[in-house]
Amino acid sequence: MHDLKGIFDNQGTPLEKQRFTWREMAGKPISKLDDDAFTRVRIILLNGIEQDALRLKHYGARFNRELQLPLARIRRVEQHQMTAVNWLISADHSPLETTIAYEQVATEVTASVAQNEPDPYQAQTYRFGLLEDFDHLYRYAAMLDRLEGKDANNILQGYTDIIPARPTSEHHRAPEDDLRESYQKSKAALMTKINAALVTAAEYQTHDYYMNIGPTLSDPLARQLYAEIASVEEQHVTQYGSLMDPDESFMEKWLIHEAMEVYVYHCCAQQESNPRLRQMWERFLDYELGQLNLACELFKTHERRDPAEVLASEDLPTLQFKSHRDFVRKVLQEEKDLRTVGASFVDKTEESEASLLYRHHLHEGYSPASAVSGNYQWAPGTELSRKIA
Amino acid sequence: MATSVRVGHNMTGAQMCPEETKRLLHAADLFPPDVGFDETAIQQLREMESEVQDSIGSVPIPGSVKGAVKTSFNKLLGKNPEVLIDKIAERLAFERTGVRLYDALLAKTRALVPVDSPQLSLFQQFRQEELDHFHLLADALEYLGADPTAQTPSADLAGVSAQGIVKILTDPRTNLSQCLNAILIAELADNAGWDLLAQLAEQAGQMDMARDFTQAGDEEKNHLTQIQHLLQMELAADLS
Repeated sequence: MHDLKGIFDNQGTPLEKQRFTWREMAGKPISKLDDDAFTRVRIILLNGIEQDALRLKHYGARFNRELQLPLARIRRVEQHQMTAVNWLISADHSPLETTIAYEQVATEVTASVAQNEPDPYQAQTYRFGLLEDFDHLYRYAAMLDRLEGKDANNILQGYTDIIPARPTSEHHRAPEDDLRESYQKSKAALMTKINAALVTAAEYQTHDYYMNIGPTLSDPLARQLYAEIASVEEQHVTQYGSLMDPDESFMEKWLIHEAMEVYVYHCCAQQESNPRLRQMWERFLDYELGQLNLACELFKTHERRDPAEVLASEDLPTLQFKSHRDFVRKVLQEEKDLRTVGASFVDKTEESEASLLYRHHLHEGYSPASAVSGNYQWAPGTELSRKIA
Repeated sequence: MATSVRVGHNMTGAQMCPEETKRLLHAADLFPPDVGFDETAIQQLREMESEVQDSIGSVPIPGSVKGAVKTSFNKLLGKNPEVLIDKIAERLAFERTGVRLYDALLAKTRALVPVDSPQLSLFQQFRQEELDHFHLLADALEYLGADPTAQTPSADLAGVSAQGIVKILTDPRTNLSQCLNAILIAELADNAGWDLLAQLAEQAGQMDMARDFTQAGDEEKNHLTQIQHLLQMELAADLS
């Protein structure tokens, strides 16, 4: 699909013309009821990516005096892009309903990434993480049903299964078992670099969202469940973050991030069913191209290197915003019992002692995710409709 | 602009995607629950935590009844004066929010009906009465030596319970009948609240206060009747 070969020729919108008004940023939201679930998936993913763009540039600025001003200028635009994107979520989503949508993002986007990833080890890591977010979806669906009396499928719209996967209670690992082998910057495909930046950004957002939302709930089990799953999301940020080569310079990581933003906006614009949002994605794609080109110029100035060394020219498969039910189910059947020892994936019988001890202490015989989902089987219109029938 | 409800491409129901629903149900059968716990775990934890957790907070000690004066305060209002103070503060919070609810309803109505519509003047009147009631309650608390600016536990919870109503009334996408339905919830609670408060004041020997509260409650009864009527009319017009 999208080939980044032409990027250096396409200047996009110059940074000084990337401007916003409050009305644009806090404009009309989507309809929770009438818009397609994948429209919401794209919104949440793009919000996470913009959030991570800010995060990366803030850290970069802490280590680079000369880059502080250009980074601040780009961040200002990204802050407003992020606002325009995130404010598309309508106010009738309860925090728990939005959580269901976040896990749909984690499931369907990671499934697409896992299939697009050319590096077998990295693909394995995505499949490993996928089964955990997929399980979170099931536990949160049970929570939504049993707390608010709502059907998670109203949010998922039939695209994503609501079934147990690798149990959340078994996701808790010692930190040494969450670190993975990174790609090597000189050998890795551009798709590999983009995928790692993309999934790390999405997971970081999910972690931060749960950390903000968790204490706003009053139910004791809901508070515990958010605490438990937020902890796993921190592990996921650790896992996916370690896929990136730590020997990359800040500017190399910045170029990859900008390329990733271009790639994702492009895929979103291609597949968006809501014409108003498609227009927004196209506008922001042009903004991202402008930001990437600026980053490339700064790279040439500061590192005195050709950006093409980092952004190897290649065709990139499309990020598919669609149901990956068959793929997810296959992974579930084949890889549910995988665990880790250090950076290696092993059968559950060989799981590391450190993780078992860590988990044993956390649980004290009790996992909130297990408690909320006891005997939970999804039925159209909530489990209450099954019982009446 | 949102007027009456319409038929459209609502994507939420299982019937919108029968094939996917079939596959979802098949998956649910294929991958049954993996935890055999009692499904009432959520209830058990609520019970357990209710026993061990602290309260929401406290009613502040009235500034003017500290020390020696506290004895006369107790005599004035019975054994537990904080109960009446908390409930008056709850009503105060509710009425103060009520003013803001009618502000939102007025904006919504102005967007949807002609400027000379009788509904606008009626909602303006209700807004004023909510404001008057707020001041009445602030005076009552001051008379009892309590601080009308403090947020007591019941006042706090009145705010929590009003959150959904505020969201509905201020959402630009809601129509008039949806907003009337939301404010009906507020007025129903308000009516019951005033009756209760008048009874409590009477029980505490505050007869003047009980009389004022009953009168305010009568005005709220009018709000309730009128809102119910307007909602019926609005839905009847949409239906026909």
